[in-house]
Amino acid sequence: MRTDDLIEVLSADLEPVDHRRISRRLSFAIAAGVLAVVAIVFGVLGARPDVANTASWVPPIVKIAATATILVPASIYLLKLSRPGGEHGISLALVLLPFAAVITLASLSIAAGPSEHATLVLFSDEWIECVVSIPLIAIVPFAAITWVVRQMAPTDLARTGAFVGLIAGCISAIGYALHCVDDSVPFFAVWYGGTIGLCTFAGWKLGPKLLRW
Amino acid sequence: MRASLRGDAAAYRILLGGLSASLRAYFKRRLARIGRSASEAEDLTQETLMAIHSRRHTYHPSAPFLPWVHAIARYKLIDHLRRTRASSMDVPIENAEELIAESDYAAAESAQDMQRLLGKLPGKMRSAIEAVKLEGLSVAETAKRSGISESDVKISVHRGLKQLTESVAPKRRTS
Repeated sequence: MRTDDLIEVLSADLEPVDHRRISRRLSFAIAAGVLAVVAIVFGVLGARPDVANTASWVPPIVKIAATATILVPASIYLLKLSRPGGEHGISLALVLLPFAAVITLASLSIAAGPSEHATLVLFSDEWIECVVSIPLIAIVPFAAITWVVRQMAPTDLARTGAFVGLIAGCISAIGYALHCVDDSVPFFAVWYGGTIGLCTFAGWKLGPKLLRW
Repeated sequence: MRASLRGDAAAYRILLGGLSASLRAYFKRRLARIGRSASEAEDLTQETLMAIHSRRHTYHPSAPFLPWVHAIARYKLIDHLRRTRASSMDVPIENAEELIAESDYAAAESAQDMQRLLGKLPGKMRSAIEAVKLEGLSVAETAKRSGISESDVKISVHRGLKQLTESVAPKRRTS
């Protein structure tokens, strides 16, 4: 086919498009991911046993808020990344800052206590469940967001994939925080942070394969 | 592009026509730099135009337009090169012969190799060849400059070239 003919075909039935479509779809996918994850956590794992006591709502709210400080800038960056050339002008510092803050708090908390206290806090009854649950649950929002991003045009697939993984991990961690009763800062830093990091790594590796267009 | 997003087909046709010319030039330049055939440029141009069309909703009207196009073109080029890397291995064998046939002696040997080969020759032959064949002087001029007879110059050039050919020939055969 000649290029001139192609241009004729492409411009023959030109429909107006809305550039706001991509942000709308992305927010929809993230919101749907959050709802799905919350439904899975309540349905499969169940809410915290002390849910009746209003005072016990504080730790999960703090955990959710901490995760959201990563989720929100990461979502804004993903929107940028899903446009051609959007990988320029992305500062990773803003995303890494909450991680650094939580790890600092955790180190302070461990340094304050006795040394055997640290292993006790980290390898509590919950840690295996946490390490297995967060990445597994993250598959659901990861699939939803990947499906939406595939309709866009990211030009840095590895980095875009990493952000999809990061967001999916955050959503999953937010849902899991509704179930998890271990509220210590080191536990949160290592197992929540670690699994979110793992999701990010998986996304970084899978991005070039899944997001090609 | 902004008019095209609103559905202005005429503006869109003009835009794509202009873009196809710049894209073709861009791909040709990039492909030539890495030694790939320029015929791939036409396919890439069409592919990029289709990508621009199908992904036009990812263009934000307040953003500059050309960086957006450039990012798509660059992505399509990298994607194309990655995809065709394996298939470039199974080029038919006659293409390999063409490559050897096209690389004539002068092009294949760099100036440095030439100097090295000439260095092996006796002084008289070397200066005669340098003067006649490389600097482009006439036989008479060379004879006058080096103070020898014209026939002497001719013989030196002839013998020198013969010796050069012999010193290069075994290498060519094994290659």
